[in-house]
Amino acid sequence: MPEKTLIEQYNARLGIWLFLLYLLFYVGFVLINAFRADWMDAVVFAGLNLAVVYGFALIVVAIVMSFIYGVCCKVEPRGSQSPTDDATTSEARS
Amino acid sequence: MIYEPSVSAVLIFLAFVVAAVGLSFYLGRRTKSSEAYFAAHGQIPWFVNGIAFAGDYLSAASFLGICGMIAAYGYDGFLYSIGYLAGWVVALFVIAEPMKRLGRFTFADALDAKFDSRGIKAAAGISTLAVSVFYLIPQMVGAGVLIQPLLGLPHWVGVLMVGVVVIIIVVTAGMVSTTWVQFLKGSLLVVFSTVLVVIVLGRGLNTDAEPHSTIGPIDSALLLGDSIDERLVVEATGEWSAHSEFVRLRSEPGQGFDLYVVIPTEDANQVILRRGQTLTKITGGATLVDGLPLGNEAGQRQLRGVGSVTKLPGGVASTGPLGPIEYLSTLRQSEVLLWSKQAINEADGSTTTVFYPKPTDGSQIMRPGEHPTFAGIRSGDPLDRINFLSLMLALFCGTASLPHILIRYYTVKDAAAARKSTIVGIASIGFFYVLTLYLGLGAMTSGALDVTDSNMAAPLLARSISSLLFAIISAIAFTTVLGTVSGLILASSGAVAHDLVGGFLGIELTGTAQVRLAKVAAVVVGLIAIVLGILFKEMNVSYLVGWAFSVAASANLPALVMLLFWKRTTSQGIIASVIVGMVSSLGWILLSADTYSKVFGWDPATAIAPFSQPGIVTIPLAFATLIVVSLLTSVRRDT
Repeated sequence: MPEKTLIEQYNARLGIWLFLLYLLFYVGFVLINAFRADWMDAVVFAGLNLAVVYGFALIVVAIVMSFIYGVCCKVEPRGSQSPTDDATTSEARS
Repeated sequence: MIYEPSVSAVLIFLAFVVAAVGLSFYLGRRTKSSEAYFAAHGQIPWFVNGIAFAGDYLSAASFLGICGMIAAYGYDGFLYSIGYLAGWVVALFVIAEPMKRLGRFTFADALDAKFDSRGIKAAAGISTLAVSVFYLIPQMVGAGVLIQPLLGLPHWVGVLMVGVVVIIIVVTAGMVSTTWVQFLKGSLLVVFSTVLVVIVLGRGLNTDAEPHSTIGPIDSALLLGDSIDERLVVEATGEWSAHSEFVRLRSEPGQGFDLYVVIPTEDANQVILRRGQTLTKITGGATLVDGLPLGNEAGQRQLRGVGSVTKLPGGVASTGPLGPIEYLSTLRQSEVLLWSKQAINEADGSTTTVFYPKPTDGSQIMRPGEHPTFAGIRSGDPLDRINFLSLMLALFCGTASLPHILIRYYTVKDAAAARKSTIVGIASIGFFYVLTLYLGLGAMTSGALDVTDSNMAAPLLARSISSLLFAIISAIAFTTVLGTVSGLILASSGAVAHDLVGGFLGIELTGTAQVRLAKVAAVVVGLIAIVLGILFKEMNVSYLVGWAFSVAASANLPALVMLLFWKRTTSQGIIASVIVGMVSSLGWILLSADTYSKVFGWDPATAIAPFSQPGIVTIPLAFATLIVVSLLTSVRRDT
């Protein structure tokens, strides 16, 4: 296995922290469902109950965190592609 | 069947197929090397790859299964949406970049990057095949289930058609054509689901979906008499006499009957009768609906589309257009009809299934615990709770271990592109899963549901809007199967040609020969998938997908994670972990109550596994195996 570069280490560590954060959020949802299912009935926001709000939040937070990761990750110098590259210009021709 | 095969559905579907196959042949002219066949030369733009992730991942189980489950039971189906998406967090934050950095063509490449061990290649290749075949079965069964009502063809024709089209796509241009087919399907699915949801919200909620369906409130003493509402009560004989909640009323002899279910009111002496429907399978093959032959002619009856709101907050009949939050909060304060069924054995040996509505409070459908799979979280049985935790764990860990998802990391040029395409994948898949809740609830209140088949909820919702939309959504549902199946067959062919023959047997092949072998493997796996799809016709689609996730999470994830994060991992540890994870999860599934009742037809109470979902036991078991075996073998490592 090739040694990781400093940038790869930075990215991997960032990924682990974000992963643990999300894991905590997900485990909270699963545990409430499994052991305190009644809490899910409580109306918490705009006439929506906890089940809907927490469920939507899990999806939205996953998307937001993935963007945060994308922005904060350092780009490996070996890859020629910068974040501003336009994907549509490079056609897949084999 | 409450829907007719539609010519426009056939035409739109054929257009998709012709486009996909044509594209494959066009791209296939330049796909000769193994780099091109397995990994599309690593030249797929990251955005296209991201949408192709969605096309690969959002299988028939996601689109049809989840929407159907939400339409039938409410919130519970959405738990799958949440779990399936959460798995992508593991894929992005932990797996994506190392996968790209370590591997070349297959999942086994990454596992083996440090060791160059034939054992790892064999174990990973076999687990890839096992997971892919398990995942293939429900997709193929789903194809058959779809084609029956849509195109009016028998189940096996649907399975055969998908099999043949997919084999052509994979064999002509491998990963290149597979990616573009998945890109096409992913975009269409997300775009048209959005269109459907916008229309659902614009339609709002209405209480007039099913008129003339109630009698009363009437005096409950009338139930004991021989006529209600100027119609004769059919005498309850045989098993019917044990079901005093059902009343059959007949207007004229020989004209069938209307079935009503008795619903108590707040006044103990008053009841409301609400109309249900019955389906009788007579020994010998004929089918009766409410006592009359199934059909559209005079003297025949057809099952009715169901699904309606009975009460809206404030007693209004229609809400008008609603915003996305308003839609959910209004539904929570409404009352909706959910449909249940009850089998009754008739004296003549035939079986009648009674489908009857149950007025359900909106707050109940907007919370988890209505579906039988999830009812345990409210029952208080500790085993049911563990089963729920186990399922949510398998969904979380399964995504990042699915071989057909993992190989998509090799189609982009570097780790940054792998990362960016995963982010695009998460955004599009997450957006789609938000839509599933609206699609399911929209179908629940559309008046178009088929009581006999919840998998058809999403297409039938489209049908309640326009027949053109129905044709498009049906064709997309079918294309959904094409996209996922091509990914799976490609992953299997890579496992055979690259991991097993090239890696384990150590047969050196030139690029062209390896591609030829992979194409042969793709044809063989495709044929096996066709046969299994026909054999497993009766199996529940989402149930089988659950199997695949559990096996993938148990066999692949522990080895992958430990390889990345534990320096003392040995090749023997990886081999043992993959094998133990695969065998234990498969064994557990085969010995579980669900399999006993649904596959073998045995008494579920005699099942050996204490609950159905293996993940919570077999995933830690695979981790423990890896650690123990690695520690035992590390001393012998000659480094």
